[in-house]
Amino acid sequence: MTEIAIEVEGLTKSFDGRIVVRDLSLKVPKGEIYGFLGPNGSGKTTTIRMLCGLLTPDSGRGTCLGYDILTQSDEIKREVGYMTQRFSLYEDLSIRENLEFVARVYGVPNPRAAAREAIQRLGLSGRANQLAGELSGGWKQRLALGACILPSPRLLLLDEPTAGVDPKARREFWEEIHRLAAEGITVLVSTHYMDEAERCHEIAYIAFGELLARGTANEVIAQSGLSTWVVSGPDLQHLAEELHKRKGVDMVAPFGTELHVSGRDKRALNAVIAEAKKADGAHHWTRGQPSLEDVFILLMSNAKDNYA
Amino acid sequence: MSLATYNGAGLRRDPGFLRRMWAMVVKEFVQMRRDRMTFATMIMVPVLQLVLFGYAINTDPKHMPTAVLTRDDGPLTRAVLTAMKNTDYFDFRQQVHDPDELDRLIRSGTVQFAIEIPASFERDVRRGDRPSILVIADATDPVATGTAIAAVQGVIDTALRRELRGPDAAVAATPAPFQITLQRRYNPEGITQYNIVPGLLGVVLTMTMMMFTALAVTREIERGTMESLLSMPIKPVEIMIGKIAPFVLIGLVQMTIILLAAHYLFGVPILGSVPLLITLSTLFAASNLAVGYTFSTVAQNQLQAVQMTFFFFLPNFLLSGFAFPFRGMPQWAQWIGEVLPLTHFIRIVRGIALKGNGFADMQVDVLALFIFMIVAMGLALLRFRRTLD
Repeated sequence: MTEIAIEVEGLTKSFDGRIVVRDLSLKVPKGEIYGFLGPNGSGKTTTIRMLCGLLTPDSGRGTCLGYDILTQSDEIKREVGYMTQRFSLYEDLSIRENLEFVARVYGVPNPRAAAREAIQRLGLSGRANQLAGELSGGWKQRLALGACILPSPRLLLLDEPTAGVDPKARREFWEEIHRLAAEGITVLVSTHYMDEAERCHEIAYIAFGELLARGTANEVIAQSGLSTWVVSGPDLQHLAEELHKRKGVDMVAPFGTELHVSGRDKRALNAVIAEAKKADGAHHWTRGQPSLEDVFILLMSNAKDNYA
Repeated sequence: MSLATYNGAGLRRDPGFLRRMWAMVVKEFVQMRRDRMTFATMIMVPVLQLVLFGYAINTDPKHMPTAVLTRDDGPLTRAVLTAMKNTDYFDFRQQVHDPDELDRLIRSGTVQFAIEIPASFERDVRRGDRPSILVIADATDPVATGTAIAAVQGVIDTALRRELRGPDAAVAATPAPFQITLQRRYNPEGITQYNIVPGLLGVVLTMTMMMFTALAVTREIERGTMESLLSMPIKPVEIMIGKIAPFVLIGLVQMTIILLAAHYLFGVPILGSVPLLITLSTLFAASNLAVGYTFSTVAQNQLQAVQMTFFFFLPNFLLSGFAFPFRGMPQWAQWIGEVLPLTHFIRIVRGIALKGNGFADMQVDVLALFIFMIVAMGLALLRFRRTLD
């Protein structure tokens, strides 16, 4: 039996009468990298804050590292590293001072040595005395992660850690996350990026406060029942507008010089495509594989419909 | 929508100075309306303060508490006391029976004046021996006692002359049938600096200490560091004490500078114990830091926190007895004054510096400061939100 790091049921939270998270349940096994996906304002941050005791759920229950999220937030805080969406270390302290502060608050035995070690691990040795506020986005993110893992937490909650960070820094960041997971740390990470979602062991997709899909990336794609055609050729904009009107086409999305045409009803979609091929020989059609992004955009537009 | 709409020359006219300025004005008003607290303070506070301070401040204090020691209870004594009472300057609160008691009451600041009428006053007056009435004034604040002292000789004289008719009319005809021995205690020369400079220690500490901590929590919230801090295993009381403690040290440095300047630049005497003064000033600094910290947990941003400190500072400045005589204020204003920390500290610092008071003379004020600090800290902890709910 696998150990469970996070297990929550029926979490609900509203602000001023507006429901932000609705009846959300999650189960994250220990040592796993769990991707938390969803559009802006979907309740990802609120859920993460409920997990680490920064927000009190209106209803629901659950545990985080075996501690009750409603009553044992002190214990949870000691063993969870929470990386906020916005940089929240002290900009007027140097890298070293920030890390020493964190080490002291968590009661790490030798704060100076722990900070020095963290600086080395992060590759920040030359910058130890630089003020955190002067760092670029990528370095800030690296420092924030370093501060999170310094007290050796068992669970990392990362809220859009790579927003606004360049691709190279993002890649290095994910290598570090995988290293940490290999050491047995559980990671819950929220993101907008589909390539990052595919790096997770498991993902959960949440929109408008509701969990819409979960599983491995391939499972989520398979569950969606979506099939996709890829089309290239002249005047795709016009073609896209035409296809949008047809029954059986759920989604038309441009990807560079191609269009991805997708639908949940395979037969209806195929019929539309066959008709289009016959009517106009200028375009080149091939069978494609729906991407995670296609699936999420579909999920999101359906969820929106439910609300309207 | 075509890009030409934005970039095409001539499609967009230069809106001109007035329109751009108007855009700014509209935006400022909208923002002002959003920040309801600031808006309220802008409208309410000036009115409130005008009314409050307009009615409260009076530089010619009346009804000052007075203790009396009468060793003679003849009709002349009664006439003297009645005459003094009728001036409205003196309010006879206590009848005492020995001179030490008079001293104690003056020193602790319980009374502003002490009057002693000697034994066989009546007989001596009638015999034309011109007995002496002792008037002791607490002249720490020369403004408070000045007019009363000026009035006292005249009223007693008039009263006695009215009493002394018939066979004693001859006595009344002499220059004055009695003498007044006036003791202006603690500041016999009526030097204003003796009163103001020690008080300034309190004023400066109030202003700076409160401002330091008022920004403490709001700054963390505004900069976004609070979210991180709250997710760490640190308790509100630890955050509070951790934020207050460094400023207590700053306060100590300020105190030292002000006390040195008071003594060496202005020649203010420090009759009492310097260590006691430093200890109690530290307590005072800590209570102001606690108040500032409380504001910090209430205010939504740094601007509001600064406004709060300022609006707390004004009554401290005006109603504590620093700028105007405490006893000159109407009763309700004195009650407000009693709940301000500066009022008690002003009494402490003037007491130690000018009167040479010891701890025993100031227990009430020390207790008041202490309660103030505990209440402020308690409120701050209650107000401090451990979550972002």
